[in-house]
Amino acid sequence: MNRLIIQQAGPGVTVQDKGRTGYIALGLSRGGAADRLALAEGAALLRQPVGAAIEMAGFGGRFSVVEPCRIALTGAPMRASLDGVPLVWNASHLMPAGSVLDIGGASKGVYGYLTLGGGLATDPVLGGQGAHLTAGLGRALAAGDELTLSDDKGDETGLTLTPQSRWDGGTLRVLPSLQTDLYSQEERARFEASTLTRDTRGNRMGIRLMPEGEGFGLKVGQKILSEIITPGDIQIPGDGAPYILMAECQTTGGYPRIGTVIPADMPKVAQCPPGAKLRFRFVDRQEALGAEMGYRKHLAGLSRAAQPLVRDPADITNLLSYTLISGVTAGEELS
Amino acid sequence: MAQTTLTFPRIDSVGLDGLLVRFGDQLDEAANRAALAFRAAVEASGWDGVEECSTSLVSTYLRFDPLYLSHDDLEMQLTGLLSERDWYAADLPDGRKLLRIPTVYGTDLAPQFEEAAQVAGLTAEEAVASLSQARVRVTALGFAPGQPYLGTLPEAWDIPRQTALTPQVPQGALVVAIRQFVLFSVTAPTGWRHIGQTAAKLFDIDRDAPFLLRPGDEVEFPSVTREAFEQIEQAPDAGITREALV
Repeated sequence: MNRLIIQQAGPGVTVQDKGRTGYIALGLSRGGAADRLALAEGAALLRQPVGAAIEMAGFGGRFSVVEPCRIALTGAPMRASLDGVPLVWNASHLMPAGSVLDIGGASKGVYGYLTLGGGLATDPVLGGQGAHLTAGLGRALAAGDELTLSDDKGDETGLTLTPQSRWDGGTLRVLPSLQTDLYSQEERARFEASTLTRDTRGNRMGIRLMPEGEGFGLKVGQKILSEIITPGDIQIPGDGAPYILMAECQTTGGYPRIGTVIPADMPKVAQCPPGAKLRFRFVDRQEALGAEMGYRKHLAGLSRAAQPLVRDPADITNLLSYTLISGVTAGEELS
Repeated sequence: MAQTTLTFPRIDSVGLDGLLVRFGDQLDEAANRAALAFRAAVEASGWDGVEECSTSLVSTYLRFDPLYLSHDDLEMQLTGLLSERDWYAADLPDGRKLLRIPTVYGTDLAPQFEEAAQVAGLTAEEAVASLSQARVRVTALGFAPGQPYLGTLPEAWDIPRQTALTPQVPQGALVVAIRQFVLFSVTAPTGWRHIGQTAAKLFDIDRDAPFLLRPGDEVEFPSVTREAFEQIEQAPDAGITREALV
């Protein structure tokens, strides 16, 4: 069987999939890829079902394979090259046996994804293949690790798709939640009118936001009964700086939550880099359901959206570094 | 506050894909039993579209697919199930056990013990006596894998969380707030005060039963010296004894 060999890895390189369900009652949150959309884009570019891929927080690593392997690169654009030849991001490629894939730092966003043709054949633990770092399940990948790959039934490469831009913050749609009423109308209006900055503190559990002026702490916040937490919850500890909770969040907590970011906007949360600005807009259930419908339709259409790279067949040796369509460039030009 | 006028049980939405059935707004033994029994009943119902079910202290949570099963339909199903019986009169789950987990109170291992005792209005001796003799029940597992909320402690321990987070407490840390203990399964930040240290491993994927505790189990935290703790730390069972509750 084919193997992926990790020669070097950045500090936040992990295996991730769609997460584990059924363990909230035992205190284990679902986990899984921080940017589910990028995970799905990787699978679409290889025309395979969504499975486990390599998630890279901020920085990739150096990889090789013992047999030829299809790969797809999605999520936060990172500088990538194969044996020194720049690779197009948001595209699928063929990686020859023994070749060296280098993935550097993210030029935009936070989480990049390396998806392997056929997927990873690692054994599931509690129904998932991914590392859940805050739970102590699995660990980050390191130099010397080898991962077994499943047989690849596909053979198509050279596909690309244009990702939804989500690398620089923006406006997030928020549903009211259990404790929204603890905040006065004025406080909620001030929250919606505020621009918050993504703090440097952030990981797969969540990201911290800095308010521009006074924080959003509640005086009553310290004796709220601990209650269910879901990804997207905007939790505000006493210091007034909100956290948006993500894939690896705790399952329960007692700090007040002003609302919940809708699932369709969570890729934007995950990919919001330190220093980027975020705003919030409260929506009602109907609007949120409409957004969810649109999001799922988008996910379902990814496979169709993956199209061959525009290229001149005579130019085949230059193919991988070719400037394709407006906005999609070889990795080196992004730096 | 509006909260005091709420009537229970009540159903609220949680995010886009969750509903929460709350049996109270404060920690209460009957409400906790109701939540546990109601969750078991929901799971037994096997409703199409419901993807996951759990309990927190006094509530039952359902995650579902809102594009497949509408909020209104699920709420109607829940209301029907709620009316079938008096959930507050439900029994605790079967197969419960009693665990005794040796604990060092205070010292450098649990640096917030004295502060917590002071907030509770107790001397250090009184605080150790009160905490080490309390028999508490696992009301819910949450925050991290296998991590229990344990209640209910004597009135004096109705102390708030801290305003700021403690950057991290170690695995096995015993922390206190609002008449409850939490025993940490992982190293994590917390707003609760760190008053005791144990060697308990609450979640261990290499163990036959990875999760040490279940909701309904009862626990005591007898006081041991720091020297005794160092011995216990090396023991595979972390000095924990257990017996079945009938």
